[in-house]
Amino acid sequence: MIIERQKMSWWERLYLPAIIGGFKVSLRHFFRKKVTMQYPEQRWVVPPGYRGAPYLVRDQDGNTKCVSCQLCEFVCPPKAIKITPPGPAGPPADRPNAEKMPREFEINMLRCIFCGYCQEVCPEEAIFLMKDYSLIGASREEMIYNKEKLLALGGVHQDKIKKWQQKAQEARAQGQKP
Amino acid sequence: MTMSTANPTPSPSTPPPADTLQVRVNGKAVEVPRTMPDPVSGKPVPTTMIQACFTAGVMVPHYCYHPKLPVAGNCRMCLVEFGTPALGPDRKPILNPDGAPRITKSPRPAIACATPVSPGMEIYTDTPAVKQMRESVLEFLLINHPLDCPICDKAGECKLQEYSEDHGEAQSRFVEPKVHKPKRVDLGPRIVLDDERCILCTRCIRFTRDIVGDDALGLVNRGSYSTLTAYPGRPFDNNYTLNTVDICPVGALTSKDFRFQMRVWFLKETPSLCTSCATGCNIVIGSREDRIYRYEPRENEAVNACWMCDYGRLNYAWIGRADRLTEIRGPQAAGQAPAPGWTPILREISGKLRQAAAGSVAIIASARQTNEELYLLAKLAKKLGALTDSVPRMGEGDRLLLNADRNPNSAGARLTGIAATPMGANLPKIAEGIRAGTIKTLLVVGEEVTRLGLGADLLARLETLIVSDILPNETTRRAHYLLPGCAHAEKRGTFTNARGRVQKFMKAVEPRGDARPEWEFLHELALQVAGPDGCQSLEGLFNQMARDLPAFAGLTWAGLGNQGATLRSEP
Ligand code: SF4
Ligand code: SF4
Ligand code: FES
Repeated sequence: MIIERQKMSWWERLYLPAIIGGFKVSLRHFFRKKVTMQYPEQRWVVPPGYRGAPYLVRDQDGNTKCVSCQLCEFVCPPKAIKITPPGPAGPPADRPNAEKMPREFEINMLRCIFCGYCQEVCPEEAIFLMKDYSLIGASREEMIYNKEKLLALGGVHQDKIKKWQQKAQEARAQGQKP
Repeated sequence: MTMSTANPTPSPSTPPPADTLQVRVNGKAVEVPRTMPDPVSGKPVPTTMIQACFTAGVMVPHYCYHPKLPVAGNCRMCLVEFGTPALGPDRKPILNPDGAPRITKSPRPAIACATPVSPGMEIYTDTPAVKQMRESVLEFLLINHPLDCPICDKAGECKLQEYSEDHGEAQSRFVEPKVHKPKRVDLGPRIVLDDERCILCTRCIRFTRDIVGDDALGLVNRGSYSTLTAYPGRPFDNNYTLNTVDICPVGALTSKDFRFQMRVWFLKETPSLCTSCATGCNIVIGSREDRIYRYEPRENEAVNACWMCDYGRLNYAWIGRADRLTEIRGPQAAGQAPAPGWTPILREISGKLRQAAAGSVAIIASARQTNEELYLLAKLAKKLGALTDSVPRMGEGDRLLLNADRNPNSAGARLTGIAATPMGANLPKIAEGIRAGTIKTLLVVGEEVTRLGLGADLLARLETLIVSDILPNETTRRAHYLLPGCAHAEKRGTFTNARGRVQKFMKAVEPRGDARPEWEFLHELALQVAGPDGCQSLEGLFNQMARDLPAFAGLTWAGLGNQGATLRSEP
């Protein structure tokens, strides 16, 4: 199909009106409210439900919630999580009746695809995808976050169920050692 | 008990007709023997409904039933409905108009594990009532269960989890506090007990009482408070305790050795053999990322049934030891770089062996090496006119599985002609030969000979000492040529057990460093010294050995399957 080139009108051939029209658009936006953000001085507030970096949490009493069940390690599609279980002689768990705690817990943030499966599968509500979206490191090793770092970044999770504490109380009430 | 001597279960396809009866399972007719051997005494006992169902290929969920244990019938998980042919006043079956016998359905269900079958019986495992019974039984089993799967070592292979998946409710209806029982009970040196998880099936009690003969466990208290415990003041400690961990359907009994080491779903399972004695129990090696986490018994009716001993089960840590030999070493002349790796060193060794005068070489090979490796050594020995022997390794046996002979392949060493009769008889002769100077080259595979009368002074007289081993010792330190070998878990091969059963094992983990399976480098040596033999693989090597050695006649690698094959003549 051939489209005929339209002949320009006299007004269009004047050229200046089009230039001025363009400047008018620029000027209008110049005085409008700004929509860009001064990143990184200024940071985006992420909406609730955003899936940022996965971190480990402690409960309000300062206990590590993870019991090293390794379900997140199993479910993680890109194999970003590596847990070293405590073994029979490992460090005692923060809550004695929870019996175990990971000896080491590593997440390779370069591998993580922020899918949230780990949070979904965790039976202890010990790992959550938080709001951090900009993870920076100078080397690959730095991007492997260890247990200490994950717990520090994760902070405290207000545990409403307190399963282990409840179990211990119930057992004590029946004269059993929890 | 009679382990492998028990009559083999008669196969349902070929029994004499009078000894079988026909039943229907969910409408499918199956022929089952009237009796089956009792798992403990071996005496014939009536066939049960659960056995008929299994023969028909129908799964019946069960906790307390175990094919190798006496029936207890206490968990009620196996409830099924059934019917029997109605009999008329003349004691003849009443027939329906279509000529088939009329079936009266029993008004009540029965436990399949303890109810004998009768001719013409019909068993129903898929009715709505059966489904509901399974759901209810499971709900009752779960009311006091602590639901601590995240910290339970059984998770992933737990029958309670599996049946909850199939028959369980998503929500608990139980609102009262659960009954709490002792946790983390130190039952014995190798077992931890969590009483809250126990579903009181008594499998462990029956195993240790009826199979091992150590009546160590029992239930105390009643009802919801029933608690499994060991005899007061006596630890649960016999050589078979860890089998209770395998048969416990839940995570009540767990192994201290495996405790919190790895979740079971990560473990790669490799069929293998236990190498701690001449019984050759079939095992499964559980490994992850080239680390071995546990051994478990693998069922083999002809060898170990479903069991293995604790001694063999826990004898695996040496495979992962940090001081494993990982570097191949040749003699290093002053100022000369060490020979780089296997090819030149094997060429050097074969050169020396080819030039050795007949009778000037001796070979000491461990009866822990595989049949194929011993066969290759025997070939070398024949070519070189070498004096050969193996080393006996005796301990105390027991009446169940543990053999007094702690070599896994003594029979193989005898049948390939490596071992003298009696085993070890040639060792003094070899020592004498070295002292007299007639033996100038010694090839040692997998033995520490300085403890066997071939002290450092004798080894120093040798012109060439070639040693292959796995862990460092006095002999490896004195070797001129050190060839790092593999543990059985790092290679494939076959052993011949004390009863003459040839069984194969598979590779579970990678060897470290320079280490190579012995059969690979021995094969190369044999090729270079004795000429090509026309086979390239382990399979080919085994088949060639079976053709060469009359004792192994008729066997093939493929024919061994995963259960092994018995030699025609006992070794
Ligand atoms: S968010 Fe997804 S990819 Fe990232 S650690 Fe969790 S499971 Fe793995
Ligand atoms: S400990 Fe295990 S095997 Fe023993 S009775 Fe309890 S559930 Fe059964
Ligand atoms: S399996 Fe039949 S009652 Fe337990």
